[in-house]
Amino acid sequence: MSVCTGCSLLCEDIEVELKNGAITQTKNLCRKGQAHFQSLSTERTSPIVDGEQASMEEAFSRAAKILEESKRPLLYGWSSSSSEAQRVGVDLARRLGATLYGTPSSQGLLLERVLAGRLPTCTLDDVRNLADLSLFWGSDPSNSHPRLLSRFAYYPRGEKRQKSYEEERTCVVVDVRKSATATLCQHLIRLPPRGDTEFISALAAVLEGKIPRTGDKKRMIELGTLLRKTEFGAIFCGDGLVCSLKEEADLFQSLIEQLNNIAPFRVLPMVGHYNSRGFNQLLLEQTGFLNRVSFQEGQAQHSQEQSIMEAARSCDAALVIGSDPLSSLPFSVARALAKVPLIAIDPRRSLTTDAARVVIPSAMYGLEAGGSALRMDGVKVEFQLIVESNLMPDAEILKRIGEAV
Amino acid sequence: MVNAMEVYQLLPKTNCKKCGYPTCIAFAVALLNREKKIEDCPPLLEPKYSEKLKKLRELLAPLEKASETGLIIHEEKCFGCGNCVVACPVNVAADPTGCAIGLGPKSDRVILVVEDGVVKCLNAKECRRFGPNRILCNACTATCPSKAIEFV
Repeated sequence: MSVCTGCSLLCEDIEVELKNGAITQTKNLCRKGQAHFQSLSTERTSPIVDGEQASMEEAFSRAAKILEESKRPLLYGWSSSSSEAQRVGVDLARRLGATLYGTPSSQGLLLERVLAGRLPTCTLDDVRNLADLSLFWGSDPSNSHPRLLSRFAYYPRGEKRQKSYEEERTCVVVDVRKSATATLCQHLIRLPPRGDTEFISALAAVLEGKIPRTGDKKRMIELGTLLRKTEFGAIFCGDGLVCSLKEEADLFQSLIEQLNNIAPFRVLPMVGHYNSRGFNQLLLEQTGFLNRVSFQEGQAQHSQEQSIMEAARSCDAALVIGSDPLSSLPFSVARALAKVPLIAIDPRRSLTTDAARVVIPSAMYGLEAGGSALRMDGVKVEFQLIVESNLMPDAEILKRIGEAV
Repeated sequence: MVNAMEVYQLLPKTNCKKCGYPTCIAFAVALLNREKKIEDCPPLLEPKYSEKLKKLRELLAPLEKASETGLIIHEEKCFGCGNCVVACPVNVAADPTGCAIGLGPKSDRVILVVEDGVVKCLNAKECRRFGPNRILCNACTATCPSKAIEFV
């Protein structure tokens, strides 16, 4: 049994058949996970220093030199590394006086409230065992977390939900489009883009027994009745909701409080990368901040102005771990980042590793390296080494760089 | 998916009964259920129906890939999400500690499994749609987000 690190569901029931170290057959992996595992045999990186093949030792010493010479280093990525590597990374950032930046995720807005206990949350196992209503708000798990519906949210039988999707579970999708998930659910509420705040006010009115001012009144009253009958609800908040909410998170929180007067309604932010939640939780424990923190003044600092744009433009060297910012960030930011000396630690080739001054290949977690990570609901999942490899895991690489600095 | 009327439109529509069925529409249904072959309709092989015969062969070509229960899997569309694996009532009954609670199958008596990122059909004989006394269960097709599986 192996653990798939393709998304934040961290599926633990993966069977892999190996022949001479190569994967011949996999079972229970979704298409996303399959591609993630298959990349083990293609597009691997090799140690490169200044555009030429080098040994690992040379790569470590060059990386250490770049970080030493830098006055304002940026350590970027982290959401696709094990919890152990993240811990070493925070220590390294503290020593170097660097800025630590997780891959930007809009989920921070809700995750902050969930981690602080202001929004009630639960584990995915609770959803499977207890929930009779799953609400996918601005999220499309069929595409982003393919096995969420089959493992937890809708189809499986749970302790108190033996009749499952056939009789006891209801799914509601609130989205701007008819997504793949919406085709499976009984209810779809289509909103105009940025219509979420209006929808929240309308829903709050319906729950109070009033007639909503906006939206399809009949559908809203139907939804209100459904929510009032619910015994345990799970709300899966996707980027669609969070991007639309922005400053209105309090409005959402008051809606959740209102819903919790009826029955337990739990909020689960749909984080994407497999250990994004782990990184945020670790930073919160150690520094009290989320997703980004700067150790430049010796103390941990965090401000709204430290956007990724600011961080990319003000840094003079960057270490990128398990991420591809040059492809994923906006072009102007990526261009600024590409001008500074880059150190890339990644098992796979990407635009960032192509542009990097130093490339350090790492082992793939879940297959070539053991460790642990936090699932999207905060449950710790441990994974073992399955395939023998001579590559080092991220945690080991960071330790070696730290020793060399 | 192909329906009986589409097939009927490409038959001679003479109700000649040479195939053993009383009407052409009955023969069309039998063709879809794969109880009869195109060659069982002798008039269709005559030169004047050659155009229709060609179209009919094209129309029925995807049916050749179907399993005994009429299940067709479009691997290129499959997400590998496993909704069908967990929803299938036979899978649930055969594997109460695996499929039933959302995990991968632990029993070898299940019908649907996800292998190499796409769904595969094993033990088609266990399916409720197998044999003459079939039940028209659609648990797997109704739970597919990408319409990657369908029944003939």
